[in-house]
Amino acid sequence: MAFTTTTAGWVSGRGHLHHQTLSVIVENRAGVLARVAALFARRGFNIISLAVAPTDNEAFSRITIVIDLEETSAEQLTKQLFKLVNVVKITELAPGEAVERELALISVRCAPPGGPGPSRGEVSDLVRIFGGTVVDVGQEALTVMFAGSPSMLDDFEELLRPYGIIEMQRTGRVALPKLERQPASARRR
Amino acid sequence: MQMTGAQALIKSLEMEHTEVVFGLPGGAILPAYDPILDSPIRHVLVRHEQGAGHMAEGYAHVTGRPGVVMVTSGPGATNLVTPLCDAYMDSVPMVAITGQVSRAVLGSDSFQEADTVGITRSVTKHNELLMSPEEVPLAVRQAFLLATSGRPGPVLLDIPKDVLQSKMEWYWPTDEEVSDSMPGYKPTVKGHPRQVREAARLICGSQRPVIYAGGGILKARAAEALRQLAEATNAPVVTTLMARGAFPDSHPQCLGMPGMHGNYAAVTAMQEADLLVALGTRFDDRVTGQTSSFAPHAKVVHVDIDPAELSKIRKADVPIVGDCRLVIEELVRVLAETGEPQADRSAWWSAIREWQDRFPLHYDPQADGEGLKPQAVIEALRDSSPAGTIVVAGVGQHQMWASQYWRFEEPYTWVNSGGLGTMGFAVPAAVGAKVGRPDRTVWAIDGDGCFQMTAQELVTASSERIPVKVAILNNAYLGMVRQWQELFYEERYSEVYLSPDLPDYVKWAEAMGCVAFKVDAPEDVKPVIDKANSVDDRPVVIDFRTDWLEKVFPMVPAGHSNSDIIVHPSLRPGGEKVVQ
Repeated sequence: MAFTTTTAGWVSGRGHLHHQTLSVIVENRAGVLARVAALFARRGFNIISLAVAPTDNEAFSRITIVIDLEETSAEQLTKQLFKLVNVVKITELAPGEAVERELALISVRCAPPGGPGPSRGEVSDLVRIFGGTVVDVGQEALTVMFAGSPSMLDDFEELLRPYGIIEMQRTGRVALPKLERQPASARRR
Repeated sequence: MQMTGAQALIKSLEMEHTEVVFGLPGGAILPAYDPILDSPIRHVLVRHEQGAGHMAEGYAHVTGRPGVVMVTSGPGATNLVTPLCDAYMDSVPMVAITGQVSRAVLGSDSFQEADTVGITRSVTKHNELLMSPEEVPLAVRQAFLLATSGRPGPVLLDIPKDVLQSKMEWYWPTDEEVSDSMPGYKPTVKGHPRQVREAARLICGSQRPVIYAGGGILKARAAEALRQLAEATNAPVVTTLMARGAFPDSHPQCLGMPGMHGNYAAVTAMQEADLLVALGTRFDDRVTGQTSSFAPHAKVVHVDIDPAELSKIRKADVPIVGDCRLVIEELVRVLAETGEPQADRSAWWSAIREWQDRFPLHYDPQADGEGLKPQAVIEALRDSSPAGTIVVAGVGQHQMWASQYWRFEEPYTWVNSGGLGTMGFAVPAAVGAKVGRPDRTVWAIDGDGCFQMTAQELVTASSERIPVKVAILNNAYLGMVRQWQELFYEERYSEVYLSPDLPDYVKWAEAMGCVAFKVDAPEDVKPVIDKANSVDDRPVVIDFRTDWLEKVFPMVPAGHSNSDIIVHPSLRPGGEKVVQ
């Protein structure tokens, strides 16, 4: 199955150079994701991450796909995807040309009140410094949420690892093209 | 006007000018078979759903109009998978209607339920499960548009039984509504002018060009444009298996078929070319052989309506996305307008003429006590049948011989299964072709192995009075596999013997309502063909007993470079193998 989800080791900061993000607008209707997934499997395209949700226009969904350029030709993938009747638009986003964000939920160990080891307070302080949020509290663990660029998520994860990560789920990245910095009058094509 | 989904379906097919539906009813599709009784649409009742699919393909190949198939859910739909895949590989326009179980029981493993949309997703250009009767007219319009525009292909509509039974208010969507309903579907048909000019420049400067014409020429109705381009450039033309007939074999610039069993001159010209003008073709492995050594000196101009084909196998120096006819016409116009002279190609043509003289298609004459030469049978068929005869082949040795030895003079006279290589294609595809072109003689040239896979459709042909003709080249073997075992497996013949007499083809054909003959003497070949050609009220089958040892030459062994082409042993100086 040519289909993998994000794991911490894959999306290291250094690996990003070989990654290509595709922003694919599809018709928001039954079976479209299955068509896309079946195409990847059949043509042997390897996917690093994939995130899907409706756009502001309910008629369309945006699929954000990250591929490894060393394994998969962005050109063939784009052309094959575009043959699907329900695929409306594909934008290839180079790393410098896109705003990319990803969200992670991480359950991390902490000491029970009065127990040995790093306390809840110590862990939650670190999370807060980093801009994360505590979203669930248990006797011996916290679940924290962090949203940021994929490389910031990598850093955050590394920071929490020594405490003991019980479970982690990343969403896969979503992306939009960077906005134009110059006023329209200064742009020339 | 109120009507049921089933009535809307049949009416929509009528609105799309459907003249014939190939199909077989069953539980889930039953409601759609009632309004067929009141429709001017002809229904051809097949004996197996696979037959319906190949008939639709044969019909589409010769008419250019989409073939329409209607079958029931579950096994009806799964029996259609092979023809759908075949049509998908060969870009044949087809609209398939499959019944589905009612909405309430969908997904519950109910009787004759199959996930048809899931199963056929990768073998259709598009498919849809219709969940309300109101969707029917738009879905049918979309299906016909998708099947016939851009790169043609099969489109499937899966319709639950209760959707066919429920009422809807009839409407017929406008062109605008259809295109608005598919915001992601906009095939590019016009070539980019700068790329077309660049292609023209490369052609003018090329000393050793080859026009590599594929099935896209026929799909785009571009045969006349191709002839103009060829004559404007004096470039040699090769026609792939899917493009036989797209350029007349009698034309002095025609080199015939390239590829694994292509003519020596066609294969070698491509290997030596400095420019390939690839038109509506996809660099299939059966044409290129080993891709790394294919046409090593050639630049590539590649025109195709499917952008994904450009640079998929071979990097195109000048890729042009567009409809072959429009692009070629534009190319011809640009060539005339610039008036740039064509490079001197006299040396190129004299090299080609020498290859043609030294290594023509060849077979040794029949020896005493041996079977008929299959090539001689095909030549006799060719020479005794009326001009414009449509030839339909199955898959294997007989298919290659038919492609090699028939002389194709006009487009849409050759029907075969190229990409998928579906044995059993010939009989049902011939039936479909004859339905589409009742004015033409239709000969299926079939192998004995292929014939046994789908022969039951001759019952359909007899009962529907569709007078096709079938020539079985009966060598009692799965001949192509036998040939490979002889050449590459040290003559260890494994599971390829079929027997010449079991079944008794004459009795079998007669039982199916055909006129049938058996021919084993060379002097009987022509008289029996003449007799067969004079029958026009029922199907005819001739069982030709052919030489089981005969092999298809030339041949490029799989995975080898095309430069390793093996010619017929009798053409080799001293009889040595030319390979390795």
